[in-house]
Amino acid sequence: MGKVRVLAGTRKGAFILTSDDKRKDWKIDGPFFGGWEIYHFTGSPVNPDRLYVSQTSSWFGQIIQRSDDGGKTWQQPGTPAGEPTTTPEGFPKAESNKFVYDTEAAPLTTHLWYDGTPHPWEFKRVWHLEPCLTDANTVYAGVEDAALFKSTDGGQNWKELAGLRGHGSGQFWAPGAGGMGLHTIILDPSDPDRIYIAISSAGAFRTDDGGDTWKPINKGLHSKYIPNPTAEVGHCVHRIAMNPTKPGILYMQKHWDVLRSDDAGDNWYKISGNLPSDFGFPIAVHAHEPNTIYVVPIKSDSEHYPPEGKLRVYRSKAGGNEWEALTKGLPQENCYVNVLRDSMAVDTLPSCGIYFGTTGGQIYCSPDGGDNWSAIARDLPPVLSVEVQTLK
Amino acid sequence: MIRVQLPYHLQNLGGVAPEIEMPVPTPPTVRGLLAALEARYPALRSAIVDVHTGKRRPLIRFFACQEDISHHSLDHPLPAAVVEGREPFMVIGAISGG
Repeated sequence: MGKVRVLAGTRKGAFILTSDDKRKDWKIDGPFFGGWEIYHFTGSPVNPDRLYVSQTSSWFGQIIQRSDDGGKTWQQPGTPAGEPTTTPEGFPKAESNKFVYDTEAAPLTTHLWYDGTPHPWEFKRVWHLEPCLTDANTVYAGVEDAALFKSTDGGQNWKELAGLRGHGSGQFWAPGAGGMGLHTIILDPSDPDRIYIAISSAGAFRTDDGGDTWKPINKGLHSKYIPNPTAEVGHCVHRIAMNPTKPGILYMQKHWDVLRSDDAGDNWYKISGNLPSDFGFPIAVHAHEPNTIYVVPIKSDSEHYPPEGKLRVYRSKAGGNEWEALTKGLPQENCYVNVLRDSMAVDTLPSCGIYFGTTGGQIYCSPDGGDNWSAIARDLPPVLSVEVQTLK
Repeated sequence: MIRVQLPYHLQNLGGVAPEIEMPVPTPPTVRGLLAALEARYPALRSAIVDVHTGKRRPLIRFFACQEDISHHSLDHPLPAAVVEGREPFMVIGAISGG
């Protein structure tokens, strides 16, 4: 019998929700790191008990937490629990919170500010952690101001993959409303040298050599809110998703528009079809049906709540354009929550489970691919991220 | 000994009491005190003074003897009353947000 573990990051701490494969009865543990913003909480596919947390604060800065026992105990990597926290000379051991841009590989220049003026690059926080598919000690971090970092020692030391920030278009990147964050990292399971990332609001980028060199992959994106709607960079990509069995097919939720690429991001085309709004943040792909995708339409530009106060997940079984509303078990009146970009995930049980968290503190689960939903947590702090582990 | 008072989030992060006692650092400055604090509690590293900039984080303030000393140089000597343990050195998170 399988088991499912949902890892939720919220504005005020992290939570772990566990259930058996029926996904009906849930146990909630937490909050961990109560009072702190947890931008992302995820686990290693190689060792599911290796968990990583991005704990962040505008007051106290960025902290990386790691668990090696499924969340029972935590440490900042470099400070193992129970071991001396200082060297014999009295210096602190922990280095895991040090994200320093590699200015030798790529000079720290400027990006665009909201008003179009140059603005210096400044590290603010880690938005997203992406554990390696083959090594539990290797993990990538997408940060604000946008850059990609990599650790090969379990999160203790971080090195920037500076070819991304320095590839040439960085001076034209600009922050979205939430900041200039690198929020999406997708590792290609068929090619360890291929990585996709996305930045708000710069767009999508790809490396085919393990992170040394990068190129923008935004052809086909049209953003009417920027001076050149088809510019090479400057698009506010909200999220990209991929089914591991079809790594060349990508799905994108942009600031407006839902898009698809069949050639690893070289070209994109719009698949919004009959959606009531093609603005939204998350997008996810069914674990076993690569053409079945999910989005949560939201009103915008400023409302950021569901149209008509009805919380509806939309599913396309045709890879886009033809969408059906999924409503059973979701509030269909007076619902004005948002679903943020990192807050939707799927499990890999035979009947694929779909999960998403809301800014109202609910986490919903559908154990049958979206047909029926129920709230597995109802009153958490606003949810920032949801990841799911399918355990044996 | 110097009495250091920390805000809730840093107590939580470092697993420490609201007030802790630290030996008088050499030199007896804010920088010296914070370096000693981080050496004893590595979990607090960079949470008060940003390791990237070497500056006090903008939403943190330092108070001593009922005076805001946030804008003094980090190398400014600590007040005698703090060094002698009669008054605490207070690290305070700015009141903002929810």
